[in-house]
Amino acid sequence: MNDELRELYQEVILDHNRRPSNFGPLPQATERAVGRNPLCGDHLSLALRINNEVIEEVRFEGQGCAISKASASLMTEAVQGKTVAEANCLFEQFHALVTSQQEFSEDELSQMGKLAAFAGVRDYPARVKCASLAWHTLQQALHHSSEPATTE
Amino acid sequence: MTATTPTTEYSVEKIRSDFPILQQTVHGKPLIYLDNANTTQKPAAVLESLANFYSTSNSNIHRASHMLGERATQAYEGAREKVREFIHAASTQEVVFVRNATEGVNLVAQTWGRTHIGKGDEILVSAMEHHANIVPWQMLCQEKEAILRVIPVDDQGELVLDALDELLTPRTRLVGIVHMSNVLGTVNPVQHIIQRAHAYSIPVLVDAAQSAYHMPIDVQQMDCDFLVFSGHKLYGPTGIGVLYGKKALLQDMPPWQGGGDMILSVSFEKTVYNDLPYRFEAGTPHIAGAVGLGAAIDWLQKTGMSRIADYERTLMQYGTKLLAQVDGLRMIGVSPSKASVFSFTLEGVHPHDVGTMLDYEGIAIRTGQHCAHPLMQRFQVPATVRASLACYNTHQELDALAESLKSIRTMFA
Ligand SMILES: Cc1ncc(COP(=O)(O)O)c(C=O)c1O
Repeated sequence: MNDELRELYQEVILDHNRRPSNFGPLPQATERAVGRNPLCGDHLSLALRINNEVIEEVRFEGQGCAISKASASLMTEAVQGKTVAEANCLFEQFHALVTSQQEFSEDELSQMGKLAAFAGVRDYPARVKCASLAWHTLQQALHHSSEPATTE
Repeated sequence: MTATTPTTEYSVEKIRSDFPILQQTVHGKPLIYLDNANTTQKPAAVLESLANFYSTSNSNIHRASHMLGERATQAYEGAREKVREFIHAASTQEVVFVRNATEGVNLVAQTWGRTHIGKGDEILVSAMEHHANIVPWQMLCQEKEAILRVIPVDDQGELVLDALDELLTPRTRLVGIVHMSNVLGTVNPVQHIIQRAHAYSIPVLVDAAQSAYHMPIDVQQMDCDFLVFSGHKLYGPTGIGVLYGKKALLQDMPPWQGGGDMILSVSFEKTVYNDLPYRFEAGTPHIAGAVGLGAAIDWLQKTGMSRIADYERTLMQYGTKLLAQVDGLRMIGVSPSKASVFSFTLEGVHPHDVGTMLDYEGIAIRTGQHCAHPLMQRFQVPATVRASLACYNTHQELDALAESLKSIRTMFA
């Protein structure tokens, strides 16, 4: 595979595509949201159990490409146990990572942990929506909006 | 004017050299363009015809009293004659220039449809239609409280025609059928369907958007009542398409859009509409587009539609065998009567990922639902990968496709 593609399809992304974390239903959910990417037919259902502003549990179901599935998987790992405010903050960081021109230092990237694997996405405009679908859906769930999330 | 009979051997190298866009690299790899069902590339003759029209003959048509106006009118009407000959229509009065296949269907729905379809009437389409041949009829059905019925598709991707006589009811007013599916590649027995429909005096519209650039079209032999196609899939420019209609039907239809060129005389009391086909061409048309389409047809006639069909058949057979050897590949659409399209899924890899990976190999294909959501639901796939052929594709390009698919599979396993 060529090097540019390796930047996009990092090993951690391929791994989470094969074996996503937190995949499955969450019957005790307190918040739910559905996200769709009409262009590729991807859809994602997100369920969270929030207690005292803390995301105690989060799970997802649905189908999508490797980028969107891995992104959902890593997002659930990243926000589990965090407060809603911290999750919002992570959303902002992730958004900047995949959409802005802003340079990220090695330090900043290492602070983002596994999420840094998506740094290559910004070079693939057609794939930015795949990477952000889970995060937009999270925003939707945290802000109690009833409209399904899209990345349009 | 008669078509030049091609005498030389089919040389794909020679054909490729006619297409400037194919001479480039993408991501450092030679471009392999396999997204032809979406739109085809244009031979230099078409590009030159556009430049030539604008640099020597540009003017408005049918209304100028000067030399350029005369030239432009001749070029535009000359293109209409080329289209007539290409589809074997009886008269140029039956050839209406529109923007694309989609506009052709909408024109028929809005004029013929609105006058002939009423409450409780039925329109019959198939489960393998492109949205272009579904949505205009649905809109009409909604307006008129009419009913849309559907010919089913079997697991191979063929129409289930056993039920045709039951689906053609005393309330059926029109059949709309795709000649060749843009997803499955299936070439439907339209002549048979038309015969059955005509036995009950039901007119048939054929969507030839996909077939027109893969096989010879003869509207008189087919005996269709309407036929639509797009120039941009026929190696011609975007923004120009054709609606063919039998004169008897077109004559009977009310105009669609009003304006200049579609009238004979206008007063505030009464407007007299122009003759066919101008009645359906309101306003300044895409003159250069028609000229470019004419040049594409010249190029196709020179190359030979039957020879293109024969060549693409060898490619198709070769590709079918090759792709069958790719582990985990499920072909959607395996009809023996199929042309130039491979739609498939690759186990464990989402089509979108396949698309991105192939792009980096210089291979352009399409992924997604191909404007045929009902068909995707029929085959229970969220999306497919589609590689579609044209006259300039080669066996080596298919080798490259199959090899790339194998390595993608390994990587995601
Ligand atoms: C079978 C079929 N019908 C209709 C169309 C619509 O063509 P256009 O978008 O040029 O109007 C297409 C284009 O993909 C097609 O494949």
